[in-house]
Amino acid sequence: MSAAIKLTVNGKSQQVAAAADTPLLYVLRNDIGASGPRFGCGLAQCGACTVQVDGAPVRSCVTPVAAVGGKHIITLVGLAATAPAGAALHPVQQAFIDEQATQCGYCINGWIMTSAALLKQNPHATDAELREGLAGLKCRCGSHMSILRAVKRAARQLAQV
Amino acid sequence: MAYIDGIEVDAVLSRRGFLGAAGVLVVSWALPLPAAGAAASAGAASFPLTIAPGMLDSWLAVLPDGSVIASVGKIEAGMGIGTSFAQIIADELDVPFDKVQVRMGDTATTVDQRGTGSSNGIISAGPILRKAGAEARHALIGMAALRLGAPAGQLVASDGVVSVIGEPERRVSYGELIGGKRFEIQLSGKVESKPPAQFKLVGKPVPRIDIPAKVTGAYPYLVDHKVPGMLHGRVIRPPEAGAHLLSVAPGQKFPGLVKIVTEGDFVGVVCCREEQAIACARDLRLSWSRPPAMFSASYDALYEKLRSSAPKASKRELNEGDVDAAMAGAAKVVEARYDYPFQSHACMAPACALADVKADGATVWMGGQKPYGLRKAIAGLLGQQAERVRVVWMAGPGSYGMNDADDAAIDAALLSHAVGQPVRLQYSRADGIAWDPKGPPVTTRMRGALDGAGKVLAYDLEARGYSGRIRPSGTDSPGDALSVQLMGGANANSTDLFQYSEENYRFSNKRKTSHLVAWEHSLPTGLRTAHLRDPDGMAMCFASECFIDEMAHAAARDPVEFRLAHLVEGRDYSVVAAAAQKAGWQARTTPAGKRAGVVRGRGIAYAPRSGTMVALVAEVEVNMDSGKMRVTRFVVAHDCGFVVNPMSLAGTIEANLIQAMSRAMYEQVEFTPTRVTSVDWTSYPIVEMADIPDRIDIEIVNNRPDARSLGAGEPSTRPVAAAISNALFDATGVRIRRVPFTAAALRAAFSAA
Repeated sequence: MSAAIKLTVNGKSQQVAAAADTPLLYVLRNDIGASGPRFGCGLAQCGACTVQVDGAPVRSCVTPVAAVGGKHIITLVGLAATAPAGAALHPVQQAFIDEQATQCGYCINGWIMTSAALLKQNPHATDAELREGLAGLKCRCGSHMSILRAVKRAARQLAQV
Repeated sequence: MAYIDGIEVDAVLSRRGFLGAAGVLVVSWALPLPAAGAAASAGAASFPLTIAPGMLDSWLAVLPDGSVIASVGKIEAGMGIGTSFAQIIADELDVPFDKVQVRMGDTATTVDQRGTGSSNGIISAGPILRKAGAEARHALIGMAALRLGAPAGQLVASDGVVSVIGEPERRVSYGELIGGKRFEIQLSGKVESKPPAQFKLVGKPVPRIDIPAKVTGAYPYLVDHKVPGMLHGRVIRPPEAGAHLLSVAPGQKFPGLVKIVTEGDFVGVVCCREEQAIACARDLRLSWSRPPAMFSASYDALYEKLRSSAPKASKRELNEGDVDAAMAGAAKVVEARYDYPFQSHACMAPACALADVKADGATVWMGGQKPYGLRKAIAGLLGQQAERVRVVWMAGPGSYGMNDADDAAIDAALLSHAVGQPVRLQYSRADGIAWDPKGPPVTTRMRGALDGAGKVLAYDLEARGYSGRIRPSGTDSPGDALSVQLMGGANANSTDLFQYSEENYRFSNKRKTSHLVAWEHSLPTGLRTAHLRDPDGMAMCFASECFIDEMAHAAARDPVEFRLAHLVEGRDYSVVAAAAQKAGWQARTTPAGKRAGVVRGRGIAYAPRSGTMVALVAEVEVNMDSGKMRVTRFVVAHDCGFVVNPMSLAGTIEANLIQAMSRAMYEQVEFTPTRVTSVDWTSYPIVEMADIPDRIDIEIVNNRPDARSLGAGEPSTRPVAAAISNALFDATGVRIRRVPFTAAALRAAFSAA
């Protein structure tokens, strides 16, 4: 039974017709066309589907769309707009480019959205806190070394702001 | 319009507006086609059966705006090879780097170079792109000579413009000379490409062209691709290996259900919306037979079965000297057995494919490494001519060999054919990990002999396992695919892949024997064996290099000194020496006896692979009470000859090391006698951020312009398990002879020792 559901995605109001228990991931990708979050497992085990809901990282593959009505959802393409004024990209995105922190890049949405939220909440996170905050995310290609370098680089950047 | 990896990125303009008439596809096939997505209408279109490799137009096209499209018969598996190809073209053709676009893996527009595999992207595509670039530059200078009225010898090409030397105002751009038209020339092979001294980009650390779009979300992945009218498909696999479909409970209703498709033991569903297909596949009531057990009861039982079964094929790769005589007369004989399990590709996402099958043709978008063979298989499956079928590679999650991507393409085609509309299919996580083709298990007996001075007299390897090509390394006929096997009655192009170590030690008596046990009956199951990154390579290197270490220890010699003493001066010797030096290796033999508590150690392993040489030192820390270990540092010396892009090479090496570390530490596919039970990331754990080393030091050796460029990825994987096991011995005094090195396995090994 589908219903009309109102969402705010990347600052824009959207209305979709979907069953209330439809995972947010499919509504974002198929109804709204926000393709940043991707399907990795559907079990909240990998992070590929991560979006920010009211600033917190959320696994959209297990979040029913009805649960996010009236909340502010940011996906990867909307992250740059949340960057400190004047920056074309969010510092985390720029850091991932500077450190060449992807192999296939399929997982990178999860790492970027999670670390951006993490650093917003805790701009002076220690290395240990960063590693802990990134627990549970998967990168099958094995880019972890460059990903950690990128997150640390972004942390240094944001700590200066 | 902008292309990344051959796919149009700027989606603002109407895709339909680029389609043009079917005639465009036939006549101008060498020119950049509109985005693959736009050309979705297979309709009455016909595609070339082959793209002639001898024609310049098959490789390069120049657009009116001066953009250059390079077409390559490889794919981007995730390590950035497209950037390296662009560097080669930009240098050879004298065009700005940002004007080069690389299009890959489209059977309608790229030469069949057998797709990607064997870490041979640079080896097999580099030289031809260099030749094509040189030939094109030569042709353009010739055209400019006519246009400018000056002899070719007085002309210079730079940044896509040809001008008269000393008279820069007399100039013409590539776009003006040929833009949008074909060269219509054969590759003569007579045009010299540039000497390394003239390289501006090749050899330099150029940032990857695909990464910016990947971090902003603009990069077009296969999973993002949509075509009008597409429906969503899912498959349902048998609950047990060998189970037969008995019935589908009648009268079942699901929201958005279009069709339930069954044939033999294949079941698929098609729905209007994606979540509807997922729910339908999850809840569909089916009844299956209870098959006899096909798998072993445990890994102990599996290895015992491999050791005791009469092989279906045996081969002796090498028999130098007289191993048996040397063993009989030796001062010391060493023997050990090493076990390596089934492993899964477990790609970051389960495979996806989109098929648009019509009565007279088909287009399939897929993420596999071998689109050209797959085209034949899909044509065969649908009963259509290959000229009517187009397979278009698009980027998926990282690919590590023969994974589930081709199976998804076949399944999408089956479902699209059944409903007469385009179908997008993506597997569930369990379809991915439990049902993808697996790297095969192997149990290896190593025997060796030493003389009184600690020199190796004999080395004898005997491996017992399954061929890693029961499920072939490409999909050239329908029977190679899982669902066609489930449907019943088809043959697969299985071949025997014997299992040996690769090494260049100078031992006067050396023998290597491989026995393969029959496993063809596994074809319709999740334990069918296929190529997984460095097929058999890490498993056989684990046996060989751990054994070299055991012999060194028996000879009371340092592991590095022992290896160097048996390698001839040359590239093998150099990488071992370089890794040891960079790691600050202190020569010593490991004291005898088991240690206790939290301990640290280091180990080395070396391996050649198809000409590339790698030596790896691993430093580990182990808690002997909990069994938990961590690699604290890797030091790798890597010789792949001349390096096209040192920045992306470092990324490739690091990622291969971490993935191989994951396989060595965590990964074994679990099963019961009737089913695979590794279905998700909790039942098939892989490394996470907490596992990664504090540092990885990379020493690139032999990076000289005159050294032939060789493969980089798989060689880095090969020595990882052995290096870690050798480090574990150094740390704990206990030999770990079975992968993976889980905490439970290490605790058991420490207790037993």
